[in-house]
Amino acid sequence: MAIRVQADAFDPGAEVNAMHAANAGVGAVVSFVGYVRDFNDGRDVSGMFLEHYPGMTEKALAKIAVEAEQRWPLLKLEVLHRIGALEPGEPIVFVAAASAHRQAAFDACAFVMDYLKTRAPFWKKENTPDGPRWVEGRSSDHAAADRWK
Amino acid sequence: MSINVLFFARYAEAVGFDSLEMEGDFATVDAVRLALASDPEFAVLNESSLMCARNEELCSLDEPVQAGDEVAFFPPVTGG
Repeated sequence: MAIRVQADAFDPGAEVNAMHAANAGVGAVVSFVGYVRDFNDGRDVSGMFLEHYPGMTEKALAKIAVEAEQRWPLLKLEVLHRIGALEPGEPIVFVAAASAHRQAAFDACAFVMDYLKTRAPFWKKENTPDGPRWVEGRSSDHAAADRWK
Repeated sequence: MSINVLFFARYAEAVGFDSLEMEGDFATVDAVRLALASDPEFAVLNESSLMCARNEELCSLDEPVQAGDEVAFFPPVTGG
């Protein structure tokens, strides 16, 4: 399991390739990449800043990853999240799960994203023509997380 | 007892700083919250969607606290 919280950009393709590079037992890799959009809630978005809770962020992501490893037979799990200033089109988050067969990888990837959305201490502040604004939490994210209970 | 209280994101902006040291007797995270929220400066802590953590772990408001704990209050998370 690998947890990375970083200000630097990353290459999602290289991350996916690394998921099975050293393990020929991996039969399936499912990955999710989240990107900064240039439009949200009726306003153009020219960029955003991702605040987080140093110390807790890494612990919260590790706790989610450990739970995923307990629930599914995974061979590798990676969670990577950007912090700081980001521009539209840039990847924000990368989650990938590797397993022998596809279903565990599909489910674990979705589970980690759903829990990350509701339990990992990140906050997005968007730059819009009206000035900066904090992104509001969505109740649909909680409904998505609740399906894993 | 002494508790270190942290605020993040919109809450830190609303109260005007991101941490403070509190002295007093607090049984739970909610007791810490209520002691602060009696001051209008901390009105944001009355939001029903408030989230909290004790020693870097998400918790509920009825979580017990001990001297030296770090308690954090923040709005719903929006990562990913």
